[in-house]
Amino acid sequence: MKINDVILETVTKIVVFIILTVAVYLFFSGHNSPGGGFIGGLVLASAFVLLLLAFDIETIQKGIPFDFKRVAALGVFIAVTTGLGAIVFGQPFLTQAFSAFNLPYFGETELATITLFEAGVALAVVGVVVSIILSISEDV
Amino acid sequence: MSLLHIAIFAPLLLAIFIPFLFKRLRLIHTGWFVFGLSIILFIYFLQLLPDIRDYEIQETIDWIPSLGINFTVYVDGLSLLFTLLITGIGSLVALYSIYYLSKEKEDLGSFYVYLLMFMGAMLGVVLSDNLIVLYTFWELTSFSSFLLIGYWYHKERSRYGAQKSMLITVFGGLAMLGGFLLLYLMTGSFSIRDIVSMASEITADPFFTPALVLVLLGAFTKSAQFPFHIWLPDAMEAPTPVSAYLHSATMVKAGIYLVARLSPIFAVQGTWFWLVAGFGIFTLAWASFNAVKQTDLKAILAYSTVSQLGLIMSLLGVGAAALHYSFLDDNLYMAATFAAVFHLINHATFKGSLFMVVGIVDHETGTRDIRKLGGLMQIMPITFTIALIGTFSMAGLPPFNGFLSKEMFLAAMVNVMSLDIFNMDTWGVLFPVIAWIGSVFTFVYSMLLLFKTFTGDFKPEKLEKKPHEAPFGMLLPPIILGALVVVFGFFPNILSASIIEPAAKAIAPALIDAGQEYNSHISFWHGFTPELYMTIGIIIFGAFLYVSLPKWEKIYRRFPEKLSLNYFYDQSLIRAESGSRGLTNSYMNGSIRTYMIYILISFVGILAFSIIRKDAFSFTTEGLAPIGLYEVVLGIIIFGASITILVAKSRLTSIIALGAVGYTVALFFVLFRAPDLVLTQLVIETISVALFLLAFYHLPKINRKEERIGFKLTNALVAAGVGVIVTIIAFSALSNRLFESISQYYVENTAEKAGGFNMVNVILVDFRGFDTMFEIAVLGIAALGIYGMIKLRLSRREDQ
Repeated sequence: MKINDVILETVTKIVVFIILTVAVYLFFSGHNSPGGGFIGGLVLASAFVLLLLAFDIETIQKGIPFDFKRVAALGVFIAVTTGLGAIVFGQPFLTQAFSAFNLPYFGETELATITLFEAGVALAVVGVVVSIILSISEDV
Repeated sequence: MSLLHIAIFAPLLLAIFIPFLFKRLRLIHTGWFVFGLSIILFIYFLQLLPDIRDYEIQETIDWIPSLGINFTVYVDGLSLLFTLLITGIGSLVALYSIYYLSKEKEDLGSFYVYLLMFMGAMLGVVLSDNLIVLYTFWELTSFSSFLLIGYWYHKERSRYGAQKSMLITVFGGLAMLGGFLLLYLMTGSFSIRDIVSMASEITADPFFTPALVLVLLGAFTKSAQFPFHIWLPDAMEAPTPVSAYLHSATMVKAGIYLVARLSPIFAVQGTWFWLVAGFGIFTLAWASFNAVKQTDLKAILAYSTVSQLGLIMSLLGVGAAALHYSFLDDNLYMAATFAAVFHLINHATFKGSLFMVVGIVDHETGTRDIRKLGGLMQIMPITFTIALIGTFSMAGLPPFNGFLSKEMFLAAMVNVMSLDIFNMDTWGVLFPVIAWIGSVFTFVYSMLLLFKTFTGDFKPEKLEKKPHEAPFGMLLPPIILGALVVVFGFFPNILSASIIEPAAKAIAPALIDAGQEYNSHISFWHGFTPELYMTIGIIIFGAFLYVSLPKWEKIYRRFPEKLSLNYFYDQSLIRAESGSRGLTNSYMNGSIRTYMIYILISFVGILAFSIIRKDAFSFTTEGLAPIGLYEVVLGIIIFGASITILVAKSRLTSIIALGAVGYTVALFFVLFRAPDLVLTQLVIETISVALFLLAFYHLPKINRKEERIGFKLTNALVAAGVGVIVTIIAFSALSNRLFESISQYYVENTAEKAGGFNMVNVILVDFRGFDTMFEIAVLGIAALGIYGMIKLRLSRREDQ
């Protein structure tokens, strides 16, 4: 008998966006206030976990067709590549650079290569957590 | 690369080609190539003979110059004597083996490879001036001897004998290496001649006696001295040419060579004299006594070899006394060195021929058992003649060369009584007595060997084959050796000037370098001296013992088996194996708990020891922050949760309590103002508790009893110890701030240099981004590992 948990599903549909927003906020604010790639990634992963809890694996994988192992690999790849990027400019490995730009709409904004590195961290964390949970849940 | 180096490497080089020659040229017996090479080498070394009367030859090639290890070849009288023995007897043995080993039935390729390896290694041993090179070749002789003893590897006794000889000689070889290294430490040189020139400076060194003992261990094991002689009789499982070559003429004399070669370094010490002469003379008597009871011809010869090696060794020991007398004119002890060298040559000739004779008897009758043989004199007259010459020489009867060296030996032993150093005035009388007793038994077993085999009743029914005289090629080598026995017996002085004197000069250079000439005493064999009466006594008493042998033979059976050295050797091997098995089983019990206890006890022990040793404990309240109410409350919570984990009856309770600990830690982070840590700790704790619950849910249903962790005193003590020691270290470390923290740098530069205000994050991704990069790599590996463990299980694949 399939339990009809419509309330859970409905709440999830709304809450997931809040969680995702928080995750993105944590990710971008990490440089100046608490947060960062690691926590952002974990919160992002929790959004997926909530989706997995409310719906079933097949539905989620149809909706979000990522192979999360590849996401993790992509994260590590990005992190290493940003480090290598410094070498191209004749700097030591993993040297980060930042500068302020005057962007349209955003105004005076600071852009830093750190964000790319953090993106790598976040993707790795998301990929790792979701693929661990998926592999265990598919096994049970 | 000089001609001498090529001469050493030539056998090793030929050994590479032997398998091809054996496979491609099936028609020619492979031994002919070996024979050819050894004859060439023999002639080469023979033509060096006139040179070394006047000067020594030295050639060097670099091997590892930075370590002082160079392949220096050095030829003097002693080396040349040994090279002539090695190549001369080597050629005869090669010739003999051509007729002894069948081309069709035996694996001649391996045999001659091993034999050539041995020959090259032996040449290397006697020609090397560098101790390390000498050791390298020394071990190569052990190794090739091992291969040769185990040549018929399908026989259990061969493998046993090979293993035994390997263990004993390698034990000695390693001890010798230790001695060499000590010599190097004392002198800073590996070159024997350098060390000899520094010999007088190192006698007072504390390493001197250990080096002496270690080197002697090597020499005694190789030369089968008591109590290491036990490998030699078992090595008789080797093919007879091998026994003749390695175990009578060459390899067992490597120890003699070593003693003679290093005498100029060590001989000044009384220890050397006592050890070499004492063990030598005892080996002589013990082995000759034991030889009488053997029934296998080769076993008799093996014990006889041991005994004769003891004789040479004791002579070298007595020769060492010569160094204590600076005048040469009536130096009786120098004569002992001459006797040693002379007997060395004599022994190689007669023992080589006797082994070959025994091989012929074995080959023609199918047995070596003395109880089955008899009456072969008429059937094999030539063999009998050679055996007669060999055994009479071995027994020390005139007119053979053994008589001369036995006379010189007895003379040396009589003279040693008058030695007024090393307490010899009290103990010296033992030497001639033991020597005489040993010689009597030597006479008995020599006669036994000859007469039991060749005289008496012919017993064809006990023999496997119908015996007849051996082919000429097989007889030729023992005939040559027998002829040498006679020639050296009648004309000993052809040897004395050409080889014995240079060899003795090499053994005692300090004495002869004074510009004096010293002519050996071999012509001095006429006259009624005490040793002549001793020889007459030996013959009379030996003949009496031989005749009455059946009456007193029983005493051998009285000798308890448990006191024999072989029993001791076997038992110690068995005990060592079972002991180490027992030891390993006792602590490697396979339980992780035990290993954890070992690890933690070592941890606690080492740390506690160093803290006490260094008096490192210190405790100061200076600079500590005040404790607030929140910290106390959280501390109580975390303490309670920890205790709950330990005493909880249900695992579920433990998991929840663990979660409580984790969340409390997060609260501590809040209190200590670490917001990033709080966020991470909360999420990670949630995930790990979920994983614990998952693991809990899938525990197997059977044996799933809900019960407390049992109390074990050991566990409690170890845990308490670890806790206390870590606390002590934490206190001490906190109280000993050696320098300021570097965090001030981050505080100042986070915004300015990295453009961020979250210092933790900036440190993680910018200042110390390298760590983070590998941490996410660790996470990725963990994910792949979990995926792999779950998805790629072989057992599941088989189920499908």
